Amino acid sequence: MAKSQVSMKVNGKTIEALVEPRTLLIHFLRDQQNITGPHIGCETSHCGACTVDLDGKSVKSCTVFTVQANGSDIRTIEGMANADGTLHALQEGFREMHGLQCGFCTPGMIMRAYRLLQENANPSEEEIRYGISGNLCRCTGYQNIVKAIQFAAAKLAGVPFQEAAE
Amino acid sequence: MIPGAFAYHRPSSIKEAVGLLAQYGDDGRALAGGHSIIPMMKLRLASPGHLVDLAGIGDLKGVRADGGDIVIGAMTTQHELIASDLLSAKIPILRETSLQVADPQVRYLGTLGGNVANGDPGNDMPAVMMCLNASYQVSGKGGDRRIAARDFYQGAYFTALEAGDVLTGIRIPVPPAGHGSAYEKLKRKIGDYATAAAAVVLTMVGGKVGTCSIGLTNVAETPLWAEEAAKILIGSALDGATLKKAVAAAEAITSPATDARGPAAYRTKMAGVMLTRALARAKSRAK
Repeated sequence: MAKSQVSMKVNGKTIEALVEPRTLLIHFLRDQQNITGPHIGCETSHCGACTVDLDGKSVKSCTVFTVQANGSDIRTIEGMANADGTLHALQEGFREMHGLQCGFCTPGMIMRAYRLLQENANPSEEEIRYGISGNLCRCTGYQNIVKAIQFAAAKLAGVPFQEAAE
Repeated sequence: MIPGAFAYHRPSSIKEAVGLLAQYGDDGRALAGGHSIIPMMKLRLASPGHLVDLAGIGDLKGVRADGGDIVIGAMTTQHELIASDLLSAKIPILRETSLQVADPQVRYLGTLGGNVANGDPGNDMPAVMMCLNASYQVSGKGGDRRIAARDFYQGAYFTALEAGDVLTGIRIPVPPAGHGSAYEKLKRKIGDYATAAAAVVLTMVGGKVGTCSIGLTNVAETPLWAEEAAKILIGSALDGATLKKAVAAAEAITSPATDARGPAAYRTKMAGVMLTRALARAKSRAK
């Protein structure tokens, strides 16, 4: 099958490549671009481990063909830390609040939480839980992930983080 | 999982898309948000030789009022439906339903057109469209035509669409001001297809049901329009005896499969429970 020429921006860098139309975005990122932050979990668009930010949308990159992403602007976990190497508020939140154990779901969780906070800078706990309902975690029970996102929201808003009483 | 090989086409007009789909016939499939066809291709339940991506066609986007109707472009995503102020004001059942479809990531890409055109009995929007008496605008080899949602669904994954057809838009008559509506969905977990679900749109006049329409999701090979059940309710105050009769009439038209979501008899009963809840909520919202 003839290959298609694609061009896209990934973490601020322009990438040009030839891909088979059937190449899924997650395989293109991981196998052809060595961007291995987005993980392959279920491969059936349930788990959200492959979530990347694409043109202002959180998408499951296992359910997008690379050719569909032609011309798009993509951000993955590799593009989250600041240029000086310091962590993004979300990354810091996941570290400070123990928002991960095995870490497999974390890149997808953070990319989804990133878009959630872009759309709603001060979400309630319920809004956070609903907002990350497309991402599965099998370790934490989600409590600390919710706290990590609340931590990041507070930090980005420049207000002190108040952990809710349990 | 890697899908079978295919040729990718990205037309920029409806006419071009229809031409391509007509040319490839059964070997071609339209690609909208991709969240039904791509999983099926990965499982090799579908292996089209040609995918015609509708994403480059500007005419398929957007929500607009047209007289007493609202017309929604087929490529409008669930995320965009949820964000539409016009829809929230005029047909709030759409937002309520969209919020119960899959999960946020799927809603960013999944489209209304794909949801209604695919013929998957698990999809939520078809029963809502039957309830609202929507019609689908279709472009095909022979020109444009409209198909009522209530005439569209023929079996699981079988619809009135023919090879070469593109569903371009959804036309919905705006329900009367003051109507009440609800979509009640029983599911095992967030993001799941319905075990059973019910859509209700009604008006109340002097404490009695003036008009009523009911749709049911995932309790038969196709979405269902429960015409008889709605007829029973019109003129009543939704009293217990009438409600019981209407629920029995709705349950009688279901024929769900026994699957991981439960035995057939349970799913039929749950359709009745969802209908009862949707009626109560719609009534409480009617003015």
